[in-house]
Amino acid sequence: MDFTIKTMAEYAAEGKAPEVLFFVGCAGSFDDRAKKITKAFCKILHKVGVEFAVLGQEESCNGDPAKRAGNEFIFQMMALTNIEIMNAYEVKKIVTSCPHCFNIIKNEYPSLGGNYEVLHHTQFLRKLMEDGRLKIEGGSFKGKKITFHDPCYLGRANGEYEAPRMLLEKLDAELVEMKRCKSNGLCCGAGGAQMFKEPEKGDKDINVERTEEALSETPNIIATGCPFCNTMMTDGVKHFNKNDEVAVKDIVELLAEAEDL
Amino acid sequence: MQYIDNIIFFIALIAGFGFFFKSLKEIYRNIQLGKKIDRTDNPSVRWKTMAKVALGQSKMGKRPIAGFLHVIVYVGFVIINIELIEIIVDGIFGTHRFLAGIFGDTLYGVFTATLEILALLVIIAVVLFFIRRNFYGVKRLTMKELFGWPKQDANWILLIEFALMTAFFTMNSADWVLQQRGVLAEHGNFPVSSGLIAPLFGNFGDSTLVFLERGAWWFHFVGILFFMNYLYYSKHLHIILAFPNTWFANLQPKGKFNNLDSVTKEIKLMMDPNADPYAAAPEADPNAVPDKFGANDIFDLNQVQLLNAYSCTECGRCTSVCPANITGKKLSPRKIMMDTRDRIEEVAKNINKNGKFVDDGKKLLDDHIQREELWACTTCNACVEACPVLIDPLSIIFEMRRFLVMEQSSAPSELNVMMTNVENNAAPWAYNQADRLNWAKEN
Ligand code: SF4
Ligand code: SF4
Repeated sequence: MDFTIKTMAEYAAEGKAPEVLFFVGCAGSFDDRAKKITKAFCKILHKVGVEFAVLGQEESCNGDPAKRAGNEFIFQMMALTNIEIMNAYEVKKIVTSCPHCFNIIKNEYPSLGGNYEVLHHTQFLRKLMEDGRLKIEGGSFKGKKITFHDPCYLGRANGEYEAPRMLLEKLDAELVEMKRCKSNGLCCGAGGAQMFKEPEKGDKDINVERTEEALSETPNIIATGCPFCNTMMTDGVKHFNKNDEVAVKDIVELLAEAEDL
Repeated sequence: MQYIDNIIFFIALIAGFGFFFKSLKEIYRNIQLGKKIDRTDNPSVRWKTMAKVALGQSKMGKRPIAGFLHVIVYVGFVIINIELIEIIVDGIFGTHRFLAGIFGDTLYGVFTATLEILALLVIIAVVLFFIRRNFYGVKRLTMKELFGWPKQDANWILLIEFALMTAFFTMNSADWVLQQRGVLAEHGNFPVSSGLIAPLFGNFGDSTLVFLERGAWWFHFVGILFFMNYLYYSKHLHIILAFPNTWFANLQPKGKFNNLDSVTKEIKLMMDPNADPYAAAPEADPNAVPDKFGANDIFDLNQVQLLNAYSCTECGRCTSVCPANITGKKLSPRKIMMDTRDRIEEVAKNINKNGKFVDDGKKLLDDHIQREELWACTTCNACVEACPVLIDPLSIIFEMRRFLVMEQSSAPSELNVMMTNVENNAAPWAYNQADRLNWAKEN
């Protein structure tokens, strides 16, 4: 990165508070593919001039994979640790680039004492756009076909279908919908801790089924809004040997590209 | 002796409703076996949800053909049963077409004509449903979990409805012919019967027609009582329970899973640097039931989850959108609901026999629902979204996973690795927490 990412601790040392805390999440911190999404998002925030901070080494897993697997103990250990730290910094507003972080902090942290305004990165960027702070000119996407895969934990779990689409529409590309989209969207197969285990026996893998559907729209780009969906769809595209023709990209990566960041 | 009909009628009526209320009481008792849950917040939203989803069938439109036919059968059946009021009054007091006197002839004509048209539509819809279910190969209607009783049940219902409507037309047709002959007073308007069926009856003598009219009238009446009592054994219980079930539906975002308070207390104590590790454990309440995590039987599920099981229409809309099921895994959310109801029934029989529940060595987990089913769920909420009566199969799957993990430590081994990583490294992978910001320094 050609600018420094500041932590909450650094802001606190200066006696200041950032506009928003970017909760990066485990995938965004450690997974090589997801790190690119993290960086793209930071670049946009930096360009727009949003003062943001991360927790850095003070961040813990949000607890989602343990919770969905059924382990309430480990989930609450993580959640309470995060809450203690975020409350100590008097965090008010959080943005995440992972729908699982978004969902769990927004919905399951409050009853444990963590009350924040939580936004998914697509929601946050839409707000910036509506406020006139973010301007997107997506000329370079002219003539391209994009299809968007709804992440379950953004869509069905929290009813957000429009924010990602509004951003994609700004790219001047052709947005094609899959047959199963929005509230009927098909899962990528990673949720509920499935990411971390082999699937049960069946006829095929869920991500293959989903990618097949996406590819049938003959898109140039499959857009995602979740690092796990991104991995699953990328694997799916490889499964069909289409990785030279079809790119799987997070919406923030597309926006960063449009801005040449 | 002329009152004998009325007396038999009255006894049948009391017996029919008596058994029906007994069934309802038993369902209520069985639902009470579950844990209490407070779902009475926001009553105005709840009434609206119920009106929209149960009364207005707002979720049926998603599959337009089935939805349209269903609305016909539903509206038709409900309205035609207004007839029941007339039947009951006529039956008890020996009157004939009692409502005619109340409505006046014009309105009664409109009323009976409407019923006839609806009845015809119901017959058409029921026949189409029968063909679709048995010969058309709709996947969700021909799956393995429906073999046996569930499939017969569905067909029985269609047959009963067909028979009831046929009786209704036989009654009206005979009545109309008798009215034409001046044997009965003229009341009502019967566009379908007079046009389509009555010509067949033209050569019948008066006594045959009276017999047909009375026979069909009795059949209709007894049929409805039978249908009512059949509900208890049928997926058609949803015609009643869809109403409370939608009223008690979850109003929270679908992604919000409940947090266990008992765990919170323990972890807060663990994390509290001021807690004295050597202090004596707080006095235990001798009456407290030891906390069990999650569910392996119906007693651990909450009452709404049990109500869900009774309300399931076995339509399979949930299963047909389930990513696990679509890709050939064993999980079927519909089966989760059917299994839960089967287990409730098993327990109910046990209670009826023994006066209280006597351990039968069986559980919902393993004896009905397999672990392989539970572990295949991606918690995607597609089943919850799809259900036309707002059932939440995912919540049951989730509670059972909790039991497997927290009571039995029997998660798939890869998940154990993930959980250990989260516990030790605060990430599901074996990375060091100190490296969490490394990406910021990379290009
Ligand atoms: S939540 Fe689970 S059971 Fe329901 S549709 Fe998704 S994978 Fe299937
Ligand atoms: S749970 Fe709902 S969608 Fe699934 S079979 Fe039952 S009624 Fe149909």
